[in-house]
Amino acid sequence: MDVFFQQLVNAIVLGATYGLVALGYTMVYGIVQLINFAHGEIYMLGGFGALTTYLALPSGTPAGIALPLMLVGGIVVSVTAAVIMERFAYRPLRSAPRLAPLITAIGVSVFLQELVRNFYPHAKSARNFPQLVNPDYQVKLGSNVQISAPQLLTVAVALVGMVALSTFVRRSRTGRAMQATAQDPDTARLMGIDTDRIIVTAFVLGAALAALAGVSSGLQFGQVDFHMGFITGVKAFTAAVLGGIGNISGAVLGGFILGLVEVMATQYAPDPFSGGAWKDAWSFVVLIIVLVFRPTGLLGERVAARA
Amino acid sequence: MHPPRLVRIAAPLLIGALVLSACGSKKESGSSSGSKTLTIGVVAPLSGDLSAVGNGIKNGVDLAIKQANEKKTVKGYTLTVDAQDDTAKADVGATVAAKLVAESGVVGVVGPLNSSVAKSVAPVMAQANLVVISPSNSNVDLTGRGALLTGGTQVRPYKSYFRVVASDDIQGPFAAQFAVKTVMAKTIAIVHDKKAYGQGLAEAFAKEAKKDGATVLKTETINPGDKDFSATITKLKAEKPDFLFYGGEYPEASLLTKQLKSAGLKIPLMGGDGVQADDYIKIAGAAAEGDYATALGAPTDSLASAKQFVTDYAAAKYADPIGPYGAYAYDAANVIIAALATSTASGSKSGQALRDDVTKGVQDANYDGITGKITFDAFGDTTVKVLTVYQVKGGKFVAAKTDTFK
Repeated sequence: MDVFFQQLVNAIVLGATYGLVALGYTMVYGIVQLINFAHGEIYMLGGFGALTTYLALPSGTPAGIALPLMLVGGIVVSVTAAVIMERFAYRPLRSAPRLAPLITAIGVSVFLQELVRNFYPHAKSARNFPQLVNPDYQVKLGSNVQISAPQLLTVAVALVGMVALSTFVRRSRTGRAMQATAQDPDTARLMGIDTDRIIVTAFVLGAALAALAGVSSGLQFGQVDFHMGFITGVKAFTAAVLGGIGNISGAVLGGFILGLVEVMATQYAPDPFSGGAWKDAWSFVVLIIVLVFRPTGLLGERVAARA
Repeated sequence: MHPPRLVRIAAPLLIGALVLSACGSKKESGSSSGSKTLTIGVVAPLSGDLSAVGNGIKNGVDLAIKQANEKKTVKGYTLTVDAQDDTAKADVGATVAAKLVAESGVVGVVGPLNSSVAKSVAPVMAQANLVVISPSNSNVDLTGRGALLTGGTQVRPYKSYFRVVASDDIQGPFAAQFAVKTVMAKTIAIVHDKKAYGQGLAEAFAKEAKKDGATVLKTETINPGDKDFSATITKLKAEKPDFLFYGGEYPEASLLTKQLKSAGLKIPLMGGDGVQADDYIKIAGAAAEGDYATALGAPTDSLASAKQFVTDYAAAKYADPIGPYGAYAYDAANVIIAALATSTASGSKSGQALRDDVTKGVQDANYDGITGKITFDAFGDTTVKVLTVYQVKGGKFVAAKTDTFK
């Protein structure tokens, strides 16, 4: 049973990252029906922003001060990139056919990867990320079940981010305006909501959460690289679709389910299809089954009405 | 869409394409000060995770060519390098291989780094009979050795493909003998990345380890590019192995060993030559201490013959280190240069005739390289099978045992 609970812990850690990044996909989709394929790169930029902040700090800065500053640095870089991206790549295409912004998003994704690869110092291969949180420090959850300090931090950061977002969207004035814009942008505009500002807000929130995920990934694995956003982006997008794209709780649920399927498939899948190399195949099997029976994803109902 | 608009878009594109193709065809033998130019191509990952190793290969070739030009080894010709980035991907490899074949000034190619890339590069080269010498490929199928393992007869698949290092059917068992007989491993876990190199190496290791009496656990697989191996490690931990062999390359191996030790499974990881890179230790840090990696050939710095090369490499001030294959790439380039010198000395040839001649010259090579004597068998494999096991000690790979495989 210890193995099962340990795998459950692994799944929660993995799912937390997927969920955080998936939120950015789902919020932007919910409001402008754009699948922002460059969102994975925003996650990557968060990691690099934090690394840059760390390198700029005087050496010997205590972790307690460096870490919050790195989080802020990561968020600033990601948010700036997302705002520029929205303003210059997506806004001019707001009324263009759906396909145009989608292809643009893929272009932006390639652009950002190449930008970091070519112009960030020594970023052609992976760059070491400061291990401010010792990965060898294990918190015992049972006799044989443990979670390492950076993993615990990842889960904590994800939960705080998710709760903060959900409170913001449900309670604040801007949050309610976001909901209104998602439901009916035209009527929302007639009611005096500045929809352009709301769209930017959605990008900003998504980018901030992706930056949190990027920084915690750096802390967890001790490295960041220019293509780290690709695989995580694809997985997070899958999580968003699984939970019902456009639905905020759906993205979180999808993230955790995806993490659970990947981890449990590694441990328990029947023999010729077991092991880590098959885990993605199992994730997609689950995705296909869900989409066959619930084409709008697990929690996504509104999308059908819009599409 | 109205036709005129289509024309407006298509015309500049067409003109652009024409201009580009005109540039391409000009690249043949430009004659500067009476001497003609010939090119040696390099196919290696110059960007991405493996770029440190790939650039070591490129620089090794570059150094060989600079020295040949200084010494005027190939009389009447100036040599240049055309380095192509294969990004460690097979499809990109096929594209850049076709590009090199299309340039008539290219008379030989060094590379690629990855066996999976070689599988798409070698057929393109073989069609043009353009010689390609890999400094690092070890997959058994590239020279048809795979058939020997299942009791068949060896047939050479690519007539212009050669390699200067031993193959996985030798590297894997060599590593296994060391693990079982020297480290005394009893229960061995095996993980690989399902790539041609990793899987081939891991299977050869498992077979020999079982033969030598160790218990080999069920093989686990991971995906190249993955970062979170916690699920695989939890699964392995339950089976209490005392040794782990990883078939694959250092980007995943370094994260694997780090997470392995963080999770409390403090057993040594052993890998093949794909793990024996400075970046492995750089990324894994203290977790790499005590890990093993095999490499093909003898350590570059232990070879008296390679001392001059190491000095020259440092003097050339390349941005990247020699890496595990820089010395082999240097030798591979020199084998091509020697064949070229012999061929051009017996009369001026060009185009296909020259390529045919160089390929034949490499096949018959008997060259004293810095990594040892280089001769090839009828299938393109090196006849010298020296390997070394390294162990990480004090943050560096230190040679633990160099031997000729028996």
